[in-house]
Amino acid sequence: MALSDKDRIFTNLYGTQPWNLAAARMRGDWDGTAAIMAKGRDWVVEEMKQSGLRGRGGAGFPTGLKWSFMPKERPADGRPVYLVVNSDESEPGTCKDRDILRHDPHKLIEGCLIAGMAMGATAGYIYYRGEYFNEGNILQAAIDEAYDAGLLGKNAAGSGYDFDLYSHRGAGAYICGEETALIESLEGKKGMPRLKPPFPAAVGLYGCPTTVNNVETIAVVPTILRRGAGWFAGIGRPKNSGTKIFCLQGHVNKPCNVEAEMSIPLRELIDRYAGGVRGGWDNLLAVIPGGSSTPMIPKSVCDDVLMDFDALREHKTGLGTAGVIVMDKSTDLIKAIQRLSAFYKHESCGQCTPCREGMGWVNRVMMRMVEGRAEIDEIDVLEQVTRQIEGHTICALADGGVWPVQGLIRHFRPMMEERIAAYKAAHFPMAAE
Amino acid sequence: MSAPHDHHEHVEPASFAFDADSEAQIAKIVARYPEGRQASAVIPALYIAQKQMGRLTGSAWVPRIAMDAVAARLGMAPIRVYEVATFYFMFNTKPIGKFHLQVCGTTPCWLRGSDDVLRACKDAGHLKGYGDTSPDGLFTMTEVECLGGCVNAPILQVDDDYYEDMDYESTVKLLEALKRGERPKPGSVIGRQTSAPEGGPMVLTGSEE
Ligand code: FES
Repeated sequence: MALSDKDRIFTNLYGTQPWNLAAARMRGDWDGTAAIMAKGRDWVVEEMKQSGLRGRGGAGFPTGLKWSFMPKERPADGRPVYLVVNSDESEPGTCKDRDILRHDPHKLIEGCLIAGMAMGATAGYIYYRGEYFNEGNILQAAIDEAYDAGLLGKNAAGSGYDFDLYSHRGAGAYICGEETALIESLEGKKGMPRLKPPFPAAVGLYGCPTTVNNVETIAVVPTILRRGAGWFAGIGRPKNSGTKIFCLQGHVNKPCNVEAEMSIPLRELIDRYAGGVRGGWDNLLAVIPGGSSTPMIPKSVCDDVLMDFDALREHKTGLGTAGVIVMDKSTDLIKAIQRLSAFYKHESCGQCTPCREGMGWVNRVMMRMVEGRAEIDEIDVLEQVTRQIEGHTICALADGGVWPVQGLIRHFRPMMEERIAAYKAAHFPMAAE
Repeated sequence: MSAPHDHHEHVEPASFAFDADSEAQIAKIVARYPEGRQASAVIPALYIAQKQMGRLTGSAWVPRIAMDAVAARLGMAPIRVYEVATFYFMFNTKPIGKFHLQVCGTTPCWLRGSDDVLRACKDAGHLKGYGDTSPDGLFTMTEVECLGGCVNAPILQVDDDYYEDMDYESTVKLLEALKRGERPKPGSVIGRQTSAPEGGPMVLTGSEE
């Protein structure tokens, strides 16, 4: 059964209503916030665990568990504790947090207050990507409104809890979506990931205990706590609970964002909400299911795969950020992946050699693969090099950079071989005989 | 990762000082960070410098001397500010045209015709390619990576605004309007309600009881 509107959290996803506080209250935001907070941080963390919510930024780590890693007591030396919200949304194919920032900012702000209390945070920073200039202005205006209404600051929302919240604009660097790079950037430095450990929960922003969560993760918190963990956990398959904003794009008839239930079949998602694949389902070639870092799956997998963390993992890909990039039979898949290789090369921070050199190398080889100007056994070399890059860097950017290439080789190697053969036939006709 | 380059020489101004407008903005932003952590304001301060250059000279970029002013204002070593200004993509370290055309060329936009947007920018903007500034100084064109608006692909960002669901014709129309001094409303050029599907939302229609 399709998700009904009464089970949708982001009821202003498309901005058909105003974003402001008065309209947000009409939608049910800031309703009984103090009463929820009065139940205490242990109750909130436990409820989040029961809800089954997994981080919506790509990694899918259980949210309640993550919060429980924060120190139970304020540090004895008086250091503050921080919540940092990752709105650096830059994974190609992903544009869900944008809608939350510009259309439902009060869900996020209320979520920050409750989550902040649940981890003992004294303040929060919402780091949004530099290109979201207009969205950031709305967010800041909503924060100002919340302060004016007594919902932030001292005795926030009448809860007896003091909590400050600030917005912070980035400046165009995909790497800042990595949590420790984001912290570096927030401290006023180049966005270069830190070695872990220490983890941010021990040593994060300004050396203080910090938790970094995605926008969507935080924005769903108030609704989950109001409606109960059981409600959220009852949607989707076990361990893959809840609703999720999907970004449906590429070769579909009607690209759009939509909040749907987790574990919805990919085909139903596309057919029901995005008007189907351009030219019909049989015209489908492949789908990148969860943002650019997740390996593509061919139509045969798309036919019946479910859209959740575990089902996609079984097919060696992932739910990631739920940016669903649909490619029909007219697509030059090699070129589509090469353009992603160019992206990762552009966005490598340059700190680790396998990534700095590897992303450039992979892109150069992929550019030849687009033309077919290569030898067949170079496909194996390419595959092997991606294995050597993977797992050998400080952060996961390089992993995300090579997975799309691995996905291409895994499912469409014959297409690459054909391209090479065609190039040889065109350029060395004698040799081909 | 570096700011877009062209190979023309450019003149660095001899002086830069934040004006009253900028100073007021900086004061507000610095207050967001704890005592002694003013360096956190470096990105916002660089934006303020870039905006001020745009306001005063018609070209929104950050000259070296403005980076020095940021360093002095925030108590940072100048080299730390240079590092930030060159690491992040959105700071222009050379002068740019009056309008900054930023064509998203990443795969989701490419699948939906970003090559046509690029071609239209070249044709209507009299631009040779990425990194170029038009002879009349109106346009500078840069290729950018995924803007985070992929369900409205392809996207052309003009300065701070996204123009969405573009094609060749709508891009030409937009550039012609900019030349006339008009500033068309940002968002979907085919009339979509933000990220809802074309033709109107399929959910949240209020029809469910
Ligand atoms: S690829 Fe252009 S906005 Fe995402």
